[in-house]
Amino acid sequence: MNRLLFLAVAATFFAACGGNPQPEKNPFEAGDAGPKKEASGNPSYDPERGTGKFTHVDVAPALDAAMASNGEKVYEVKCNSCHKLTNEKLVGPGWQDVTKRYKAEWIMNFITNTDEMLNKDPKAQANLEICLVRMPNQNLSDGDARALYEFMRKNDGVK
Amino acid sequence: MVLGAAALATTFNSCKPKNVGSAVTGDGAAKAYVAPGKYDEFYNFLSGGFSGQMSVYGLPSGRLFRVIPVFSLDPEKGYGYSEETKPMLMTSHGFVPWDDLHHPELSQTNGEVDGRWIFGNANNTPRVARIDLSTYRTAEIIELPNSGGNHSSPFITQNTEYVVAGTRFSVPPDYENGDVPISTYKKNFKGHISFISVGKEDGKMDIAFQIECPGINFDLSHAGKDKSHGWFFFSCYNTEQANTLLEVNASQRDKDFIMAVNWKKAEEYLKAGKGKKVQTKYAHNVYNEKTHSATSEIKTEVTVLDAKELPDMCYFIPCPKSPHGCDVDPTGEYIVGSGKLAALIPVFSFDKIQKAIADKAFEGDYDGVPVIKYEAALYGEVKKPGLGPLHTEFDGKGNAYTSFFVSSEVVKWNIKDLKVLDRVPTYYSVGHLCVPGGDSRKPNAKYVIAYNKITKDRYLPTGPELTQSAQLYDISGDKMQLILDFPTIGEPHYAQAIAASVIKDRSVKFYKIDENQNPYLAKGEGQTKVVREGNKIHVYMTAIRSHFAPDNIEGVKMGDEVYFHVTNLEQDWDVPHGFAVKGAANAELLIMPGETQTLKWVPDKVGIFPIYCTDFCSALHQEMSGYVRVSPAGSNVPLIWGTGKTQPEEVATK
Repeated sequence: MNRLLFLAVAATFFAACGGNPQPEKNPFEAGDAGPKKEASGNPSYDPERGTGKFTHVDVAPALDAAMASNGEKVYEVKCNSCHKLTNEKLVGPGWQDVTKRYKAEWIMNFITNTDEMLNKDPKAQANLEICLVRMPNQNLSDGDARALYEFMRKNDGVK
Repeated sequence: MVLGAAALATTFNSCKPKNVGSAVTGDGAAKAYVAPGKYDEFYNFLSGGFSGQMSVYGLPSGRLFRVIPVFSLDPEKGYGYSEETKPMLMTSHGFVPWDDLHHPELSQTNGEVDGRWIFGNANNTPRVARIDLSTYRTAEIIELPNSGGNHSSPFITQNTEYVVAGTRFSVPPDYENGDVPISTYKKNFKGHISFISVGKEDGKMDIAFQIECPGINFDLSHAGKDKSHGWFFFSCYNTEQANTLLEVNASQRDKDFIMAVNWKKAEEYLKAGKGKKVQTKYAHNVYNEKTHSATSEIKTEVTVLDAKELPDMCYFIPCPKSPHGCDVDPTGEYIVGSGKLAALIPVFSFDKIQKAIADKAFEGDYDGVPVIKYEAALYGEVKKPGLGPLHTEFDGKGNAYTSFFVSSEVVKWNIKDLKVLDRVPTYYSVGHLCVPGGDSRKPNAKYVIAYNKITKDRYLPTGPELTQSAQLYDISGDKMQLILDFPTIGEPHYAQAIAASVIKDRSVKFYKIDENQNPYLAKGEGQTKVVREGNKIHVYMTAIRSHFAPDNIEGVKMGDEVYFHVTNLEQDWDVPHGFAVKGAANAELLIMPGETQTLKWVPDKVGIFPIYCTDFCSALHQEMSGYVRVSPAGSNVPLIWGTGKTQPEEVATK
């Protein structure tokens, strides 16, 4: 069922952007690229936060090394098949600078509420248009999601 | 279109003996209609008969949801082909890839269907399977020693204390010399019935005891309930003890038997050490959801109680004529026998049976087992109900529904006054019936479903072999109303149905990768590897949308056995990956999210062999593929593997 839904969504995208040239700048910097359907019509939608349970995440300036280490373990099981730690795209975007491109809330909403984000969020949809593989929902716990974010920060050079 | 169909039906109708057109009336279509995207109200679990499997349908739509592999190989799901599932089909005869599944039976608590497990019997190589209804997978299979077929099974007691099995074909027991002339049937052949205990929490099965009975054929059975809890009733035929041309020779006597077993008494004898421990061999196979793999163990001992030496345990009740169905009403008072060659339905009274035993109202004994006088056990007979009664279900409102094979109809009758209330035709030759919860204390009697043996002209022709079929009748009113035909797999014998609300929310959506204890798990791509152990090559592989790791493997040589241990790293519902290798003398793997399954492959020639994902997983599913290079025996190609790493061409061409 998911797969069919995916096809339908993918088909919509193909139809929507047929013939469009590839964006020239970093393709994962969604910003102004890509379709903004549902969400753009809703003024209360916060595209910096996305949709999901995380409305505010406290992030200390310094890295929580233990948490980042837990995040790395989750990454190795559930993420590294598709995401490299460099800026190289594998199946999905490389993670380098991901914490500079998106807020903590957006990332944690995307990795825990994947399907709804892919259906609604303009930035997530812009990425899907490029990668064309719907990110699997890997059923992360809230703790896993927060730890992953900390590991992303570590990867982005936070000490 | 509806009009057209109606007109067509009318046309057919005019040249048929039975009124097919009028069989579906009024709002039948609306009653069976479940709109796209909507759920059915009931699950219906059907035996697959000679397919060896069990199928899952929705009611009232008749839509097929799943075929659960139980006793037969299923290449679609890799069942019996993957290294992890092969042990499920082991028996004392070795690997048996097929059987004939006749009767599903849902587990019960306090006499109500609880939907935790469903059991199924193997009629050929005698076994009982337990299927877990959170995963819809076969969790356990136990073989039955001293048996020549298992038909009167897997009926259960009201708290699932026991699942029973009775041999359909009597044979010399395993612990005696079986090399005897067949004509010595009466002397050497015995009928063993088995009581399999079921673990209260984990459902684990164990043969608690067997009862050695005279050498006759045990057909069907049902447990007592409420007042008759503690008793079990088995229909018996071939009390003539014929061993050839049973069609004639086992149809001589005017009455055969229903055997009443006081299993609480049997428990007492067992506890008092009255059983004899005998040596035999039978397989016990268990699937472990944590390691995602099955183990098979051969057990060697079983305890047998002798029906003729241990009094007050077994009684025969005469029942006309070659009885098939043996069904106990929701109150536990009435036991309905269905003589398949009879033109009446006898209804026995549990109270009268107890009184007859107390009064010793016996007409004699049969091979040492007391035979209660027919009249002393009989509550009454349903006169002229139809021809060839087979099986009865109940609605909990005082009514019974009996199938008639010979006259192709379902007959509704009142248990108390034994009067026929309604009859409807079936198309054609109905076998079993099913009312949701219809053999429990609490039927949920919205429908009765007829499972037919013959479909003849009901569907578009498909050559000599036609589909089997079921028919759904609304029984919420006084009159039964046919509302739907639907085709079924294999041959549907018995079936069970349960309100979807009882079990649907317990369905497992995926296996948690953190709980995966398969010894060949690759928990993330970082753990993928290829290991050579002599001529065995173990590939620890992962699958995720949409690639395998590794997807390029070199260094496999002729004479090697390759084991692909594929872990599906997905953690979401409905995202299985498949795995197939060109030329593998095997099947595919179908790996559920979080699961590890293993395909064994013995390369048969030198060259390049593609591998690919068989289950459409994403827009890049077609890209989910790879290659394995097979080199000659003794070649020095090193064992290398990877995904996304390309060797420089000059290295590769060396």
